[in-house]
Amino acid sequence: MGRPPATDAEYLMRDTTSHPIALTPAYKTSVLRSPRLAPISLEQSLSEVTAPVFRPEELGALDNDMIMNCAKDGLPIGERIVVHGYVHDQLGRPVSNALVEVWQANASGRYRHKKDQYIGALDPNFGGCGRMLTDANGYYAYRTIRPGPYPWRNRINDWRPAHIHYAISGNGWVQRLITQMYFEGDPLIATCPILRGVPSEEQIRGLIALQDRGAFVQLDSRAYRFDIVLRGQRATLFENAVQGAKQ
Amino acid sequence: MTQQQMQPLMRETASQTAGPYVHIGLAPRQAGFEIFENNFGSVLTNDKTKGERIRIEGRVFDGIGTVLKDVLIESWQANAAGKYAHPGDRQPGKEVDPNFRGWGRSCTDFDTGIYTIDTIKPGVVTGRNGGFMAPHINLWIVARGINLGLNTRMYFSDEAEANKKDAVLNVIEWEQRRATLVAQREDKGGQVVYRFDIRLQGEAETVFFDV
Repeated sequence: MGRPPATDAEYLMRDTTSHPIALTPAYKTSVLRSPRLAPISLEQSLSEVTAPVFRPEELGALDNDMIMNCAKDGLPIGERIVVHGYVHDQLGRPVSNALVEVWQANASGRYRHKKDQYIGALDPNFGGCGRMLTDANGYYAYRTIRPGPYPWRNRINDWRPAHIHYAISGNGWVQRLITQMYFEGDPLIATCPILRGVPSEEQIRGLIALQDRGAFVQLDSRAYRFDIVLRGQRATLFENAVQGAKQ
Repeated sequence: MTQQQMQPLMRETASQTAGPYVHIGLAPRQAGFEIFENNFGSVLTNDKTKGERIRIEGRVFDGIGTVLKDVLIESWQANAAGKYAHPGDRQPGKEVDPNFRGWGRSCTDFDTGIYTIDTIKPGVVTGRNGGFMAPHINLWIVARGINLGLNTRMYFSDEAEANKKDAVLNVIEWEQRRATLVAQREDKGGQVVYRFDIRLQGEAETVFFDV
């Protein structure tokens, strides 16, 4: 894996072909919310390579346990699952101490959110949000209830595949990423206008968690594996420094 | 060549929209429920934070001028001395302020569409290779309909001379677009407010950066 990067090393140029473009008309809301002008490229400075540092004591003991963190008078309804994986950068280095925040609908496909009007029932014992920090190996894990698919007002009978939202904060501001994790075998994956905005099958596959037989918890839960890759951070040797004089 | 550069690069995980219910995960109180003991929010200061107290206030507009009410904005900035609270900032002679992390998270209000960030005015951070950067705050914007989070910077209207020398503003070839990044200072009953509206599309589209 080579030398670890310096904490002020710059990040690799973002490969924009890895992401949906801003305007994806099949996802109708993008039409008026997508910038029309080209983004301006800038050379990274300290403003881009630094980022907030999170401490374990900022998080609660149940923050990564969505089965228990909102349970009031019983357990939430639905299929119990474990989701786990590693956060690496593009050079294969673990990203430790990354803040991973997740949120999702309940087993009925209903979000605990004042703006969600779907007829699917709320579950009094399920909140649908969790968060955790990756360990020294970039590893994270949480348990939850498998979310249900749900209809949404795009085309009139569009349905979202079951998914869990992720927001990841790494070591640099430019690594900030927001995405969604889908489940292997879901037939709605083939037609989702949001997921289909991702420009390659390879990149779509990267958003689909695989069932992880070896991580099943006996007599308790199935498990899914979802790995995440953030922008790669260069080594500083022979490369431009973001601070100080040119070498 | 370093050894790492010889290895094939993995591709960055694809981005997906934050969706309409982003508040559940990132700001659950705004979604309408209490779940975490410690909530990340839009007030970045405490009584001991050093620096001039300011409020940033603004709205986010779509391509036909609609005020958006489901946007989440994160901010990242240096402290009053121009130092980021991160081990990568090794600028000499500047100290981290133990009472200021410099990171905030704000949502546009469901009724008014207004977002606010209560913070301090940042100092000057030295730019790349010793270049000059005017005081600024980095912003990251996500919402339903935004496929990849948008990066921009907010500068200060009372720093006109510094802004003229700023290394990043000066790479914006279309000079009239630079004004989209300058927040306007106002005095609102003794409180310093910087108004910073963001236009995702259309006339006076905000400059976004490919960082």
